[in-house]
Amino acid sequence: MQENAGHAPETVEKFLDSTLENVDSAEELALGIAQRAGLDDEDLMKIGMAVRESVVNAVVHGNRYNTHKKVRFVVTADGKTFTVLVADQGEGFDMESVPDPLAPENLLRTSGRGIFLMRSFMDDFQLRRLESGGTEVTLVKHLVSK
Amino acid sequence: MSVKLTTRQVGDVTVVDVAGRITLGEGSSALRDLMRDLVGKSQKKVLLNLGEVSYIDSSGIGELVSGFTTVTNSGGALKLLNLNKRVKDLLQITKLYTVFEVHEDEAAAIRSFA
Repeated sequence: MQENAGHAPETVEKFLDSTLENVDSAEELALGIAQRAGLDDEDLMKIGMAVRESVVNAVVHGNRYNTHKKVRFVVTADGKTFTVLVADQGEGFDMESVPDPLAPENLLRTSGRGIFLMRSFMDDFQLRRLESGGTEVTLVKHLVSK
Repeated sequence: MSVKLTTRQVGDVTVVDVAGRITLGEGSSALRDLMRDLVGKSQKKVLLNLGEVSYIDSSGIGELVSGFTTVTNSGGALKLLNLNKRVKDLLQITKLYTVFEVHEDEAAAIRSFA
C-alpha cells in the first residue's frame, strides 16, 4: 500500500442550510476535493453517492428542512485518507431501529437504504449521536496508489 | 438536468423512456406521479427504459420499488430495460436485481408481456 503523498492536504468546512439544493452543492464540493486527492472514477462515484445519502439524511430526517438548523459539512484529504463529516442539529436516532434493507421481508420497502449504501461505498462509516442532540456521520475512503 | 420521462405505447405495453437523474426531489416525485397516472389509466404493462439514467440515489431506488409494487398490486407488471452499469450495480448490492424482471432487448421485453 502506497500513500498518495503527492497531493496537497485540503480541508473545507461549511455550514449548510437544510435544503435539497445544498445536497447537490455538498456532493460537488466533496467530489472536487476527492478528485484533487487522486481518487479514481469508480471511487468518485461511490463517494458522490455516499455524500448525497448522508446529506439527504441530515437535511430530511435530521433537520427536517428546518431553515434555522444547519448541516455541518467538513471534507478533508490529508494524503492518507479522504474524510467527510456530516452533522445535523436534529433529534438523533437509534441506528438499531433501522431495518436491514437486505432482509427478504424488507426488500420491497421504499426507503431505508441510505445507511446501507454509505457503508457499502466507503471504507469506513461511523455514526454517532452528538451531545447537542444531532447526528454525526463520518465517511472515510483510504487514499492508496493503484 | 433532472429527470425527463417520455411515454410511448407499443401495442398494449407502455414504454417509459427515463433520462437524467432519479434523485430525491423533482426526479423521484416525477416518476412517482407518472406511475400513479399510468395505473390510474389502467395501463398495467409498463416497461421502464433506464438506458439514459445518469444518476439514481436511494430515493430513486425507492421509487422503482414503489412503481413495481403499485403496478403489481393493480394486477399488472413492471419490467426494466437497458440498465447501465451504475444502475445494475445498485440493484445488485441492494438485492433488487432479482426482484425486477430485467431486459436488454426492447423487442424481447415487449414480447415478454404477452
